[in-house]
Amino acid sequence: MAVLVDITKCIGCESCSVACKLYNELDFKSKPRNGADELDDNRWTVIQQHTTRKERIRFVKKQCLHCKEPACASACFSKAIQKDEKTGAVVYYPDLCVGCRYCLVACPYAIPKYQWDKQFPQVAKCQMCESRLEHGDAPACVSACPTGALTSGSRDELLAKAHQIIASDSRYVNHIYGEHEVGGAEWLYISDVPFEELGFKQVSDTPVTQYTKNYLSKVPGMAAAWALFLAGLTYYNHRCDKNKKSDDDKK
Amino acid sequence: MKAYKCFRILGWDFTITPTRFVLTGLVLLMAATVVLRLLTGFQYVTNLTDETPWGMWIAFDVMCGVALAGGGYSTALLVSMFRYEKYAVVARGALLTSLLGYILVMAGLFLDIGQWFNFWRPFVSWGYTSVLFEVFWCVSIYTTILSIEFFEIITERVLTKQLHRYIVRILPVLVVIGLVFPVMHQSSLGGLFLIMKERMFPLWWSEFLPLYFLMSSFFIGSAMVAVETSLAKTAYGHEIPHHIMVELTRVGGRIMIIYLLMKIYDLFTMDQWGYVFQGSLQSNMYCAEMLFGIIIPIMIIFSPLARSKTGLLTYAWLTVLGVIFNRLNCVFTSMYESGAYFPGIGEFIVSMGLISLGVLIYCFLVENFNIIGNERAVQIKIDKDKDIKNLIWALLKRKKR
Repeated sequence: MAVLVDITKCIGCESCSVACKLYNELDFKSKPRNGADELDDNRWTVIQQHTTRKERIRFVKKQCLHCKEPACASACFSKAIQKDEKTGAVVYYPDLCVGCRYCLVACPYAIPKYQWDKQFPQVAKCQMCESRLEHGDAPACVSACPTGALTSGSRDELLAKAHQIIASDSRYVNHIYGEHEVGGAEWLYISDVPFEELGFKQVSDTPVTQYTKNYLSKVPGMAAAWALFLAGLTYYNHRCDKNKKSDDDKK
Repeated sequence: MKAYKCFRILGWDFTITPTRFVLTGLVLLMAATVVLRLLTGFQYVTNLTDETPWGMWIAFDVMCGVALAGGGYSTALLVSMFRYEKYAVVARGALLTSLLGYILVMAGLFLDIGQWFNFWRPFVSWGYTSVLFEVFWCVSIYTTILSIEFFEIITERVLTKQLHRYIVRILPVLVVIGLVFPVMHQSSLGGLFLIMKERMFPLWWSEFLPLYFLMSSFFIGSAMVAVETSLAKTAYGHEIPHHIMVELTRVGGRIMIIYLLMKIYDLFTMDQWGYVFQGSLQSNMYCAEMLFGIIIPIMIIFSPLARSKTGLLTYAWLTVLGVIFNRLNCVFTSMYESGAYFPGIGEFIVSMGLISLGVLIYCFLVENFNIIGNERAVQIKIDKDKDIKNLIWALLKRKKR
């Protein structure tokens, strides 16, 4: 399941963030921890207002992009974050979480947040309303959107639709944010203003998990070779000592 | 030589000095902070935020602790594998420092995890795609092996001679395993940062990061052994021949040259010279790190300066601080955005307390087991005022010449 965000249609009404809080039972009274329009442990989605160079106002919905190759899930050493094969949602399982916060530093977009004031804090991020997706429903925010800025569906269909919109309307920028970024994401954005002006992070297309994969695939071989070398050396040293001893005995 | 008052309780020696009183105080302060932290979470003890989720405990206690403990494996590699037998005098001391280092690292990690009652999860829920998973397993296994290796020294005095014989027999196997795991996880500590490519300042990110961390742990290892022996000399009056220390640290120095060359190669291949002379906070920190932590130490160690004791000690301290600086840069500076983080008092108290605890255990062990120079140590009393006067005199005399 993927979501297409058409930035041109968003009016910044915040229906989505209210729906998110209601559905996920987040605290309405909590003070913003990282600024009023930034994500934190009680704000899994926010609307950020940007004034473009041509003095136009655009609203950008920010939440977890649910990457195709999620860095957070790859970084988790106890499998507390996993990508659901069926729905594509990147889901957090608090029971498995140790609380090392590697996911917070690994995410290229710095999306996961932490419950800093809890006794036993957990990670907080958009779960794409996974329980709704399982029943074939759209995420709460998408269902609540009154302007049609958010549409959900299969990723391939939405990509085709996005390409069609861009091709048919010259005002759109010819770029779908989330199509290739760090390997692609379930959340896709189209816009009539260049994405750099809207606070989107410029990242390369290589999934960051690739670097870890390359490294980890070499580790077992290298370790085995190193161990063999050391064992050989130990044996060699042992033989040297033995020969020396027998030489000494002969003398 | 005067010795400090020493109490013998149940056959164990406990030396009491004013410094140790202070250290014990710090440990008690830490204990109180730890209880507060474990019961109330992070809010009262740390200054961590969503922007800097990893703070002093990870950067200093864990990253630097592990690097400093590198002395154990690098000395073991030289002594038992490459047969530099003359370095064997430092091996036991280095082994002990490593073991203590790792135990403190584990303590630091335990405090830093949010759901600490879940610390055992990765043993059953295998997140094998994570580099942290490798670090976790290697550190756990290696600490166990270090403990068994150290058991050889313990069994000399306690327990039966028979057990000692068995430990000696399996020792070669332990040494081999004990050289595989530290190499693996020193490099994987660097590997942790591979996934942060989009978050880090380009100067610190490289595909060679695992190799960089491994190499720097090797040269900080021998530098740390030099620092430690000089400290042990002032406290216990035990000296290790200077030329042995110079040779030992020069092995590290050679690795350091390769490290420098690789770093320069990286600058060329990733076309980053522009960042080096950008003049921003990050680029200045990078230049400082390379100059004081790598280039100047190399110049000292391969020049006649290393023949003097001050020269060698300057090299050793610069190298140790340089690597610590590198680890802090990787965790903080490279991910600096608004710079809101500065460690809280609680974070300092815990770090100081952990180090104090390490020092206290070290002192107790070297005084009760054959570790430094393979004999039991007795702390000598130094007249501090006199010492400082002598030092100033010596410096003045040198300047006059």
